[in-house]
Amino acid sequence: MEHDGIISTVDLTKTYGDITAVDHLNLEINKGEIFGLLGPNGAGKTTTILMLMGLTEPTSGSLRVGGYDPMRDALDVKRIVGYMPDNIGFYDDMTGRENLRYTAELNHICGMEAEARIQSLLERVGLAEAADRKVKEYSRGMRQRLGVADVLLKDPKIVILDEPTLGLDPEAAKELLDMIRDMGRKEGKTVLISSHLLLQIQSVCDRVGIFVKGKLIAEGKIKDLAARLSSGCNVLEIKAEPREQLDDAVKSVAGVEDTEVEGDMLLVKGDGENLAPRIATELAARNMALYHMRIREYNLDDIYRKYFQGEEVKQNGISKLQHKK
Amino acid sequence: MASASSSIKNDEGIEKKAKHYTSANLATIFKKELADQFSSSRFTILFFLIMITGAVSFYAAVQNISGASAGDSEFVLVKIFTRAGNSLPPFTWFLSLLGPLVGLSMGFDAINGEQNRGTMSRLLSQPIYRDDVINGKFLARLAVLAIMTFALGGFVAGMGILLTGVAPSAEEIVRLLLYLALSIVYMAFWLVLSMLFSLLFRQTATSALGGIALWLLFSIFVPLLAGMVADAVFPVSDQSPAITQLYNIELKQGLARLSPATLYSEASVTLLSPDVRTLGPVLAEQASGAIMGFLPLGQSLLLIWPHLTGLIAATLIIFAATYTLFLRQEIRA
Repeated sequence: MEHDGIISTVDLTKTYGDITAVDHLNLEINKGEIFGLLGPNGAGKTTTILMLMGLTEPTSGSLRVGGYDPMRDALDVKRIVGYMPDNIGFYDDMTGRENLRYTAELNHICGMEAEARIQSLLERVGLAEAADRKVKEYSRGMRQRLGVADVLLKDPKIVILDEPTLGLDPEAAKELLDMIRDMGRKEGKTVLISSHLLLQIQSVCDRVGIFVKGKLIAEGKIKDLAARLSSGCNVLEIKAEPREQLDDAVKSVAGVEDTEVEGDMLLVKGDGENLAPRIATELAARNMALYHMRIREYNLDDIYRKYFQGEEVKQNGISKLQHKK
Repeated sequence: MASASSSIKNDEGIEKKAKHYTSANLATIFKKELADQFSSSRFTILFFLIMITGAVSFYAAVQNISGASAGDSEFVLVKIFTRAGNSLPPFTWFLSLLGPLVGLSMGFDAINGEQNRGTMSRLLSQPIYRDDVINGKFLARLAVLAIMTFALGGFVAGMGILLTGVAPSAEEIVRLLLYLALSIVYMAFWLVLSMLFSLLFRQTATSALGGIALWLLFSIFVPLLAGMVADAVFPVSDQSPAITQLYNIELKQGLARLSPATLYSEASVTLLSPDVRTLGPVLAEQASGAIMGFLPLGQSLLLIWPHLTGLIAATLIIFAATYTLFLRQEIRA
């Protein structure tokens, strides 16, 4: 198989003993897009990222990052990829500026050029005033923003962010996501975000992949994904009198797959949008009083939760994986 | 080579720069680690502890030497280091006790400390070789040990010359420098040992305790155990033949020398006391007719050559193990 995207994996697999952390992952991320890798804790997101960075060796499969093989040319990969680990750490006894200076030196950005770039990045992430304070005084949000500056310092082509919004309050998370959006949209960097917070991430991502137990179970634009995941499982809520006749009446309509009583409502399974007018007509024909009818749609969060829970029930090994973390 | 194919895709300048810059990375990490060590309060505390014990034992030694007879005026400088005061042990004793602590304190969180703070994965995602990280960390700490030891040795020696008014001979100075170098090797042994522990254990407390446990074992228990084992294998009583007594002593000494602490103390005594002529047991017939005098430097060195080789080899082996393990270590964020 060809490696087309700027980040591309083919049958990427990583096992730790009996546990398969990443299972035949095929991922293609195109140049300049913001891709969200979404999945519950322990799904193998971090392992995948570590393999992309050449920090962990895959058990099998192949991968390319910016045209390089991280297993062989790890240094080349690290030169073009900025990686922000989850729980990013800085040297507490050094100031924010000194931390960035160290990163700059390791990337061979020296002298005036380094100072100028550090200053502009600090301003960009809103840390210019706190730059000469020691990092131990920083709040979590400030650390995370310093992390963004740290990642951008080497002017990477690809930015990989592992759980960037974890532990941030909504306001700080929004600021961070705005910065991430700028990186992608304004500077044309390819961004890979890993997260378990779909609702937070969805606004910035061009495309997402849902990653559960080492497998990519769905991939595409969020809108398409939502449509695909919810198609065929629309449920119609009906409330009508007299109750006794309702079940018979509904079942007589062609296309109704099954019914179920929930409280004072009847839930009808089938293609809700097509069924609704037909059921209404049928009830009217039978002189029944219709009080309530609604197509129950899943919102993204529901779908996401449903997906994960479904997978967890199917594959109860997931708790094992979480232990590993 | 892999880089040849990739340079077609990307600009070649970066490729060439990469080869050139690897030593720059080492220097960057070295500088940062050096600054970390010097500014850490841990190092300051231990340095002043050694400084104070050094000053006190030095003062006691000078008092002692001033009162000695005129015939005792040879090798005054090195005597300052080995001569005990009335109630205080000599400087060498303090250094052999506290030196390992300095080494341990510098290394025990060298690697797991960075992992726990989350800086390791950030550091390793920069375009640097892992070798540079471990080498830079080790060399910076070694440099701190060297600077500290020579500063301390120079301070004590300088004060000694000033207070006793006796000019040192060239041989004395060489002996002193060799002793300080030996001390650096000994501290480096504890340094690499604690760095190995900081790689093996995830918690800094565990690696610190592991290092201290080994330090106690080697400094106190190995010499004790050596005696017990030797007595069990070759029981000695008043009626025992000389050969059994000899075997007992040799076994005891051999076992005790498994401990780097024993190697260090024997080597430092030999270097600083030219009147030490042998480290093993001496029979009466060997000693009879021997002319008492000082051993030349070459002979002193010959006597402790195995000690030096052993200490350096142990240090290198442990560093090699640490290096290999670090290069293969899985980086989990």
